[in-house]
Parts: sequence; C-alpha cells; structure tokens
Amino acid sequence: MTEEIIIAGFGGQGVLSMGQTLGYAAMVENKNVTWMPSYGPEMRGGTANCITIVSEETISSPILSRFDTAIILNQPSMEKFESKVKPGGLIVYESTNIIHASERTDIDVCAIPASDAANKLNNIKVANMVMLGAYLAKRSIVKLDSIIEALKKVLPERYHNTLPLNREALEKGKELMESLSVKA
Amino acid sequence: MEELDIRLMKGNEAMAEAAIQAKCDAYFGYPITPQSEVLEYLSREMPGRYGIPLQAESEVASINMVYGAAGAGKRVMTSSSSPGFSLMMEGISYIASAQLPCLLVNVNRGGPGLGTIQPSQGDYFQATKGGGHGDYHLIVLAPNSVQEMADFVFLGFELADKYRNPVCMLSDGAIGQMMERVVFKKREVPAIKKDWATTGKTKDRERNIITSLFIQPEKMEQVNLSLNKKYEEISKNEVRYEEIFTDDAEYLIVAYGLSSRISHKTVILAREKGIKLGLLRPITLYPYPYKRLNELANKLKGILTLELNAGQMIEDVKLSVEGKVPVWHYGRMGGIIPSPEEVLENFEKLAKIK
Repeated sequence: MTEEIIIAGFGGQGVLSMGQTLGYAAMVENKNVTWMPSYGPEMRGGTANCITIVSEETISSPILSRFDTAIILNQPSMEKFESKVKPGGLIVYESTNIIHASERTDIDVCAIPASDAANKLNNIKVANMVMLGAYLAKRSIVKLDSIIEALKKVLPERYHNTLPLNREALEKGKELMESLSVKA
Repeated sequence: MEELDIRLMKGNEAMAEAAIQAKCDAYFGYPITPQSEVLEYLSREMPGRYGIPLQAESEVASINMVYGAAGAGKRVMTSSSSPGFSLMMEGISYIASAQLPCLLVNVNRGGPGLGTIQPSQGDYFQATKGGGHGDYHLIVLAPNSVQEMADFVFLGFELADKYRNPVCMLSDGAIGQMMERVVFKKREVPAIKKDWATTGKTKDRERNIITSLFIQPEKMEQVNLSLNKKYEEISKNEVRYEEIFTDDAEYLIVAYGLSSRISHKTVILAREKGIKLGLLRPITLYPYPYKRLNELANKLKGILTLELNAGQMIEDVKLSVEGKVPVWHYGRMGGIIPSPEEVLENFEKLAKIK
C-alpha cells in the first residue's frame, strides 16, 4: 500500500498540520511516511501545500507531480492540482470555499462543506479535521484512533482539551463523506 | 526487548537531536533558512542534556569558534546554508590545515549569491573540490533521508576523529525541511584520546601547537605531503555508495541526496516501461566511488547524472568511466525540483530511447 497525497489551501487553514497529523498517525501504525512542506515565501498569505506519502514500503521521491489523492481547501489550489490527480484517484475539496470544482470524470470528486460543519461545532479551526475525517472515510489508510494519538503529539499540551472537539470534527467529516456516498 | 526510540522529525531536527546524542560538546551557528531549526532545537534541548549551543555574531565567527574549540579537543559542529557556508571557507581551510576534527553541515539552497531559500545542489564543487584555498579535502557525506541526517552526524564525528579531518555533511533544503520517521538507536559514544589538543601544558610533555602557518616552504611541503597521504588513506577506506537495480541495468542514473530519492522513483517508473535503468547513489562525495562506477560502465549503454545544478558531479562521473560510455546531465536550478516523470522523459530523450 502506498498513498501519495497533496494537501493544499491558504496558509492558516491547517494544511501543513493536517499532513503532519496524518504522518504521525502513520508512524503510530508503524508505516513509513514522508511529509514535504512547501516552505517558500508563498506561505505568507498565499497558498500553502504539503506532500504526504504513507507507505508500507520504502518511500522513494518526496517530490511528486502526480497524486493518488488531492485534499483541496481553496480555489487556486483546485486549479493548480486537479490535473495532477492520477486517473482513478480522489479529490476531496472544501465546498464552502470552492465554487468551481473539478469536472473530471475519471476520478472521484467529493464535496465536503467543512467550514460550515466546523462553524456548527463553534470552531472554524477544526475544518481541517473535518476534511481529514472525510478523506479517511474514503481511504482508510490509518485508523481514527491513530489520528487522535497523533494529535496528542502535533498539538501543544495546552490545547489537549480540544481533543474531544477534534474527534467530533473527524467524525463529522466521516459522516459527511458517507452521506455523499449514499446520494451517489 | 528494548523499546525503540522512533520519532517523526524534520531532517534539521534529526540532525540536531543526533548531535546531542553523539555528545557534541558545542554547537556554534548563525541562523539561515532552510536550516534555522538546528540552532532553535539545540538552544532548547542542549542545556540540561549535553553540550553548549551558541549563536555567534556571524558565520565567520562560528567557524572560528569551531576552530578554537576543536583545537581544545572538544567535539564540535556548525551548520549553515550556502551563503553562510561560503563565509566559512577561510576558517575551513585553516581547520583542514591544522587537522582538527569537526562536523560542518551545509543545507544547500539555491545560488549563486544570496539566491533563494529553496533546495539546490549547487555547492557540490565547493564541498568536494576545496571551496577554501590550498590543497585540502573534506570528507563529504550526502544524506538522502531524515534517518541519514541523524546517522551521518554519528558517522561524521567518528570519521572526523579517526582522521583528524573536518567532515562536511552536504544536505539540501528539502532533506532538511521534510519530516520522516527516524529511529534513534542506543549508542555508546566512546571517549576519544586527543593527546594533540591544546588543553594546557603539563610538566610531563612538550607543548602542543595548533597552527596552519608553516612559513618555511620545506615545512609546508611536508605538511602538504602528509595531508595527501591521509587523503589517500581516506580514499582507500571510506568510499560509500548504494546501488539500486544495478544487477541487470543497461542504463544508470548517478545521483546523491534529494536527487537520488527522485531518481529512485524514476528507476521504478522506467522499469514499469521495461527500460533497464539502475541507480548508483554516492553516499560519500569525497571520497568518490570512481572505481565502482568504472566497473559498472563496462556493461552500460549510458549514464545520466541528475543534479540540482548546472552539471557539477558529472565531471566526477566522467572521470570515473574514462570515456567508456556516454554521460549525460539533467538538472534544474534556482530551487526548482524536477518530478520523477520529468527526469524519465529527459533521460529517454538523451538516451534516444523515445
């Protein structure tokens, strides 16, 4: 199993921490992981992205141009990365922010209103966890429990009181993805 | 069973953690992207655990602090990125001449000049062919994973002590910034006897002198000859490389560091298309695996070097194969990183496979 993922959005949407959380969770499950952030000047106010690769085998290139999955949180990233998803791949996108989604028919395109869902949980910051929960409902590369374990490492201790909220967000994402599958 | 210490870390952090575990007595550095995490990590972690972290006023100061502390027999290191590393060149030449063990890390970014903060391999010549003045060599290690960023700190100190020679770890912005799983094994760090160190003269011995000034030509030449004898010894003993799919390879990519990771994927993609491509990754850039490349060239149709520069290591590959096979270069510069597919496409063009 190798899953090559691009996660992209605006700086501040929790794009890098989403990838890191996934990476930690993979490590908890004894899988290999490579997390490669964009660290250029574009991070300040512009788009941020990270490549996260999870595999049971040795991971070769940390830099990729084609992905199994794109998790997209803003319109510019949709335009930049929709063509980079391999045929048969997956796009999970934040449908509160993104108006023009991919029209590709050779991949699975899933709209998740993560910001709405996060607002309903009274914390917009967990929109990234809604997205991650939705993604994991489609590709169960790590367990939800491992994500919670990972969050204990990613989040500074003073935020550990938000772990239940994060779990709720993850489960909300899962629910949103499952309701999509039912409709389809 | 002993529980393994497994962490998810950036390459820069792994290097810093390894420095503490390798009982590095002092780190001297000045912050520069993309390796500022090293000083940050050590400033936080060294006090109370092991060693002294010190932010110098410049890279010129850092390297001279390394010179002084290494002369006093301490295990010391510095790290920087390309423009900062250039500032250290005079000091590095002095340290090489004075034959002091230390670890110098360059997390290569795009240049020349102040350049860009993105990954590059433009400092290959600087690391392997001198950089500073005079006839000297650094032992140059090229990690290609976060694990190796940690492991080569231990190896680097070990080789530095073994040969009383400065060791350079030539990394790049991507390897420094990316996070991977890294395992820290329990290691014993042996105490090294340094009877040459200037730790204060005692009555039972002559005074120790550490200098790089040998004003009489005859003395200077003797120093040059003994340095070169040492480099020969290093070349004989310390060549390290990794081979992937070379057994039946008709073509070969030679690449180090980040480029070798990209090339690994290129090789996999080529094999899927039925092209018998292999990879040789030099782990030591000095000494270079000339001999092994020369052997491999006997059964190859061509060699591609992938480098994030305009073509520097290709000169060593050409020296290795002595004209037996064509050698091509593909590279991107300015902090642009090619994808494995892009490398494959360009390899096919150069090898006229398509």
